[in-house]
Amino acid sequence: MIPDIGYIALVLAFGVSIYAAFSAWYGNRSGQIRWVESGRNATVIVLPLVALSAGMLILSILRNDYSVEYVWRVSSRDMPTYLKVTALWGGQAGSLLFWNFLMASFAAMVMARKWRKNLNLMPYVIIVISMTQVFFLGISAFIENPFVRLAMIPLDGNGLNPLLRHPGMIIHPPMLYLGFTGFVIPYAFAMAALISGQLDDRWIRNTRRWTLVAWLFLSLGLILGGRWAYDVLGWGGYWAWDPVENASLMPWLAGTAFLHSVMIQEKRDMFKMWNIFLVVMTYCLVILGTFVVRSGVISSVHSFAQSAIGPFFFAFIVIMFAFSAYWMTKRREALSSKNQLSSFLSREAAFLYNNFIILAILAVVFLFTYYPIFSELVTGEKGFVGAPVYEQALAPLFAALLLLMGVAPLTMWYRTSIQRLQKATVWPALAALVITVALVVLGMRYWAAMLGVWIVTFSLLLTLMEFWKGIHARMKRGEPAWTALANLMARNRRRYGGYWIHLGVLVMAFGIIGTELYQQQTQMHIMSGQSITLGDYEMVFNGARRYAGPDDLMVTEADVDVFLNGRLVATLAPQSELYTRTGQPMTIPDARSTITEDFYVILVNWEPTSANEATFRIYLNPLINWVWAGGLIFVFGTLVASWPDRKQEEVLEARRERVALGVVGD
Amino acid sequence: MRKLASITIFVVILLGLSVGFVLAQSDGTEAPVVREVSDDEVNDVAQELYCPVCENTPLDVCGTQACADWRELIRTKLAQGETAQDVYAYFARQYGDRVLAQPPRQGINLILWLFPIVAVVLGLVFFGRYLQNLRAESAGTAVESGGGTAVPPQPPAPDDYAARIEQELRKK
Repeated sequence: MIPDIGYIALVLAFGVSIYAAFSAWYGNRSGQIRWVESGRNATVIVLPLVALSAGMLILSILRNDYSVEYVWRVSSRDMPTYLKVTALWGGQAGSLLFWNFLMASFAAMVMARKWRKNLNLMPYVIIVISMTQVFFLGISAFIENPFVRLAMIPLDGNGLNPLLRHPGMIIHPPMLYLGFTGFVIPYAFAMAALISGQLDDRWIRNTRRWTLVAWLFLSLGLILGGRWAYDVLGWGGYWAWDPVENASLMPWLAGTAFLHSVMIQEKRDMFKMWNIFLVVMTYCLVILGTFVVRSGVISSVHSFAQSAIGPFFFAFIVIMFAFSAYWMTKRREALSSKNQLSSFLSREAAFLYNNFIILAILAVVFLFTYYPIFSELVTGEKGFVGAPVYEQALAPLFAALLLLMGVAPLTMWYRTSIQRLQKATVWPALAALVITVALVVLGMRYWAAMLGVWIVTFSLLLTLMEFWKGIHARMKRGEPAWTALANLMARNRRRYGGYWIHLGVLVMAFGIIGTELYQQQTQMHIMSGQSITLGDYEMVFNGARRYAGPDDLMVTEADVDVFLNGRLVATLAPQSELYTRTGQPMTIPDARSTITEDFYVILVNWEPTSANEATFRIYLNPLINWVWAGGLIFVFGTLVASWPDRKQEEVLEARRERVALGVVGD
Repeated sequence: MRKLASITIFVVILLGLSVGFVLAQSDGTEAPVVREVSDDEVNDVAQELYCPVCENTPLDVCGTQACADWRELIRTKLAQGETAQDVYAYFARQYGDRVLAQPPRQGINLILWLFPIVAVVLGLVFFGRYLQNLRAESAGTAVESGGGTAVPPQPPAPDDYAARIEQELRKK
């Protein structure tokens, strides 16, 4: 009964989406506003329908209704309640339903918030969003139906994939899905602007915050994914250039390029076509990424969510590409803004440099990610690109981007004199050099590290100086420093939010330089009482024990003492887990974490037959916590930049309201 | 999951056979154990290889039994005096080039090294030209299409940030 309700709601949502697209199209064509309004109402109604469907699936999982195949596949009786709820996105069919729920939420929110101000864009927005929903809901209802029944009802379920039971993994997919689905909004508005021919920057103003929020969730998804990998996968790192990681990195990169270049259009009314192109590309990369994750065309560590939806996705992608390309070509003329550049040293030029570097990174990641397919087409053998190849190719590009990040904010619109730039950069450049030399004296040897540290320090100083300039100006007027900073940020959210994001990236960059270039590791088989030495650390193995965890989990836990320069600093308990039902092993490392480095221990092997012997792998990860700290700063900055500025908003709102009322009435 | 398990079993059997084969060969001819090989040496070699059966996992960190056996195979080979290069060649022969973290720099794989360089260089050339055009246009000179609007050079923007803050404060 409950699964039936869920399925009926899902099919209804599918039908309602078709209706929404149709009535918006018809209303717009015939000029009958009530049809468009009906399309809007239909778009809003999709949300409760999909929510009901997802709710019924969760209820089925909670009720241990193993007549539903999906429930049997992702849950079991002994799973705790919170895991049963999150099992909604623990497999292909459920996560698609969840995806639909998130997309419907975004769609309903847009309908509620943006209706009156953009009446003439809305029919097209409804059509684009609804067509996307028709596709995804259709997949959910007819191909990856989560409510499919089993002929015989099993007594217990399979249980959730152990990899997905970690708290980090519970929130990592929703964050990414929010990021992915969120980009449908700017895409729909961009397409609406294209189709309706209203190519002023209204679509950009209307979607700026949505884009930022989608981008924030994508960033959060990436950061949490890295953290999860570090905490659970037990290989001492956080980013492996896995195809699925890249699939979410690529739209993030395109979105980053867009968030920068859009400022040129806002300020100088240039590069309209380019901005539309970037939004379209971002969204295409989102759909392509989803396709890669879910179809299994490229093998990846994320292959637990694969199925035969490939061909449908592929068709959808082709249609979407063609649709977007058609309208971009058609509006070519109208979009050809009078692009001008007064100087190579100007803010607008700096944004273009930013776009160039980011797109170069994107192109390389794209080629490498899809290289297996590409090489198979050409040679018949699937090629493979490992992390070292990515790192060689991308390190110089990222270095250039970090350098630009420091210098670009010094430029002004139209033109900046070279003297001015020199004056502003010479001291930070020297200071960064002094710091680098000091580190070399202290023993830094790799030239890559020297260059990296210099660039990052230089950009960091420049960014901090931007803060200082603003604070100083306010302090001269008698404001205390902290008030000055707060006011500065409150009044210029985008600017200072952006600078905070830059600070976050630079702090992360220090962490990445530290872990990439100075990671140390060793592995050894030792007896209890014996020790392993790595760097200034010594680790003594005290013993190990094995016990049954919750579920079908068998935990082996070692007890080790960590000494730093002879002083006991931590007692760690690295674990190796085994899910006996599926035979899946998991390695849960333990770490002594400080601001300068992590001492990260993995229990590689321990057999009860030789209870007093074990194999450990130890990593020394310098500055790894800077990566996470930088991530937090980054998120804070994005929040500052996207936080609604109520005062300013009200003024704009009132003005737009008057315009809207004057033009269309209500 | 079951698929992975069956692959694992299959691979283990294959490995057992091949290790046996190697050992059987070794007592006939030579390749005696030359030296002790530490885990670190094994890992140094293994981290340049990817697990042939799991998805995209470096061999040194892979947790499956199959990978543990492969690491033992590496240890055996190193102990018999083979170099890291020999081991890579052996794995590439057995499982294809896709087990190598760095694909061999030959044939179509060269694209992986050439593309980034060529893309950036070509991109810079075109991008530079494009920017040059933009600037020429805005300077009102050398626009080929005679009707190009000659725009006078823009005045420097009054965007001095400190001045703007001053202004904002004065308004209060």
